[in-house]
Amino acid sequence: MKKKIFSMHVDVEDFLPASEEEKAYMVQMRPSTTFFKDGMKRLLKNKIAALSMFLIIVISLASIFLPYFWPYKYDKMLGNTPGKPMDPSYNNLAPFEYGETEQEKIAAGEKVFPHIFGTDSQGRDYFIRVVYGTRISLSVGFFASIIVLIIGMTVGSLAGYIGGKVDIIIMRIVDIIYSLPDTLMVILLASVMKVTLGPALEGTVLEKLGSNMISLFIVFGLLYWVSMARLIRGQILSLREQEYVLAARATGAKAGWIIRKHLLPNCISVVIISTALQIPSAIFTESYLSFLGLGVNAPMPSLGSLASDALNGYTTYAYRLIIPAVVISLIVLSLNLFGDGLRDAFDPKLKN
Amino acid sequence: MNTKNLMYILKRVALAALTVWVVITVTFFVMRAVPGGPFMAEKAVSEAAQAALEAKYGLDKPVMEQYFTYLKDIVTKLDFGPSIKLRGRMVIDVIADGMKTSVKLGLIAAFIALGSGIVLGAVAALRRNKLIDKIIMVITTAFVSMPSFIMGTLLLILFTIHWQIFPANGSTAEGLVLPIITLSLYPMAYITRLTRSSMLDVLGQDYIRTARAKGVSPAKVIFGHALKNSLIPVITYFGPMLAYIVTGSLVVEQIFAVPGIGRAFVSSITNRDYPLIMGTTIVLACLIVLMNLVSDILYKVVDPRITLE
Repeated sequence: MKKKIFSMHVDVEDFLPASEEEKAYMVQMRPSTTFFKDGMKRLLKNKIAALSMFLIIVISLASIFLPYFWPYKYDKMLGNTPGKPMDPSYNNLAPFEYGETEQEKIAAGEKVFPHIFGTDSQGRDYFIRVVYGTRISLSVGFFASIIVLIIGMTVGSLAGYIGGKVDIIIMRIVDIIYSLPDTLMVILLASVMKVTLGPALEGTVLEKLGSNMISLFIVFGLLYWVSMARLIRGQILSLREQEYVLAARATGAKAGWIIRKHLLPNCISVVIISTALQIPSAIFTESYLSFLGLGVNAPMPSLGSLASDALNGYTTYAYRLIIPAVVISLIVLSLNLFGDGLRDAFDPKLKN
Repeated sequence: MNTKNLMYILKRVALAALTVWVVITVTFFVMRAVPGGPFMAEKAVSEAAQAALEAKYGLDKPVMEQYFTYLKDIVTKLDFGPSIKLRGRMVIDVIADGMKTSVKLGLIAAFIALGSGIVLGAVAALRRNKLIDKIIMVITTAFVSMPSFIMGTLLLILFTIHWQIFPANGSTAEGLVLPIITLSLYPMAYITRLTRSSMLDVLGQDYIRTARAKGVSPAKVIFGHALKNSLIPVITYFGPMLAYIVTGSLVVEQIFAVPGIGRAFVSSITNRDYPLIMGTTIVLACLIVLMNLVSDILYKVVDPRITLE
């Protein structure tokens, strides 16, 4: 049937069911992807970020598991055997050298595990100290960032969502803390808390962790949450004007529910990225404080305190300084590059 | 200058003053919270001597009275009291002595960082994705990831022990070369990256294309149009740069044995010389707050497009 131009008649053929062939056009050829999968794909495509991620995983796993089956302990002075005088031949061994009693054992045909990086001035195996120090530095960075994340997220989301007077007061406090010179305040608080916390912690579980480590976490909790709070507040402020929040409120959702279920999930990528970038800065701060003698308590090593101890004998044992230095730089570098990669992969707004 | 700008500046000044007050107050009360007071570390002092010492330093008065006296002395006559461990010296004199060296060190480091950072950043941006850009980016990324104390000790090992070019003692003029380099490397790397990204941003703007299209020489486009505008974000880095140099000098002066304020601060912490710790913290903090204020205001004044809230 020929259709007249301008006729209001509808074409019946348009309403016939689609044939199998036509249906095949509409089938999506690739499986649907989630936000996370999409981001991971982009992250792994970025060679530098993928390599950094690989390095971080290897370093973390090594620092967690190596101490369990390494034959030496990080605080064991190898020259000290109970009931015998101290054996000084174990102090300051060069890499792959052995102490006197170990040499006797080797001469007798026994196998002795080598001291890959030698020993330090007190006869402790340096390799395991570096591994343990890496573990301490990494965990300080990780937990400090978690503390910052929790405090910053709570305060920031409350300020952003409630708004009004609460927001103004919180943001003024944030402004002041933000303009405090953080490193100076950290040094000040750490140097005082070192004295104050020591006696208070005696006999508790936290004693093993050491007063310096606790004060480090407290200082981070007090000072470093502000940029996270600002970031999240900004995100929430723009998100809470969205229609779906209005819809949720209209159906009777409470503030806590809206923050947890609607607002936070939508700014999660920004949060993860800035947490990832917070870790290297925490490691930096810890190593800086350790270098000034305000870091972890002896005999526990951290990369910063290892470097600072090595400073005394750097003329003869330069490698003892260079090893922790290289490890810190490697960790911080790969964390920074990984964080940048994360940002490029997971924050679609920043992509252009 | 309209009222809006004036209001903004007033607000920033008020915030800076408030911050300085918070620093002084926190420092004061944190130091008073130390159990046993500053004389705990001394070897067994008789009770009479302890009381005499406390009376001498005014520690027997109520805390609030001490606080207001301390605040008044600082504001009216810049008096931070006497040092406890350096007998017969006032805190402000120790600080002034240390500042002589540290200010020199910091200023030279800042100028080197600014000069070389801007040049390197501009070169990297103009030769984008060429070999020279890649080399600059790799080196600056490495510098940004290296803590100052590690940079310092590596330079110390290389230049004073391995090659013996510079003396390890920072009290002479040649001895200051390495500390200056150490302090300037991180800000230089940061400024390079900052200049590069903002220069790339500016080079993509329409007015650059217009200038090129109407036949302005490439040199004039770069120096007259692009560079000037791409330096605006660098101004915001003045404050953080000073903060970095101040805190960096704490370890750098320690490593190279420079007789500056940073070393005085670190040794006051190990000696538990509380008035000196307080005085140095407050002076350095004021310096950083002031520089942040200046760079913030300068940033808004230099670029009229930036709206002030």
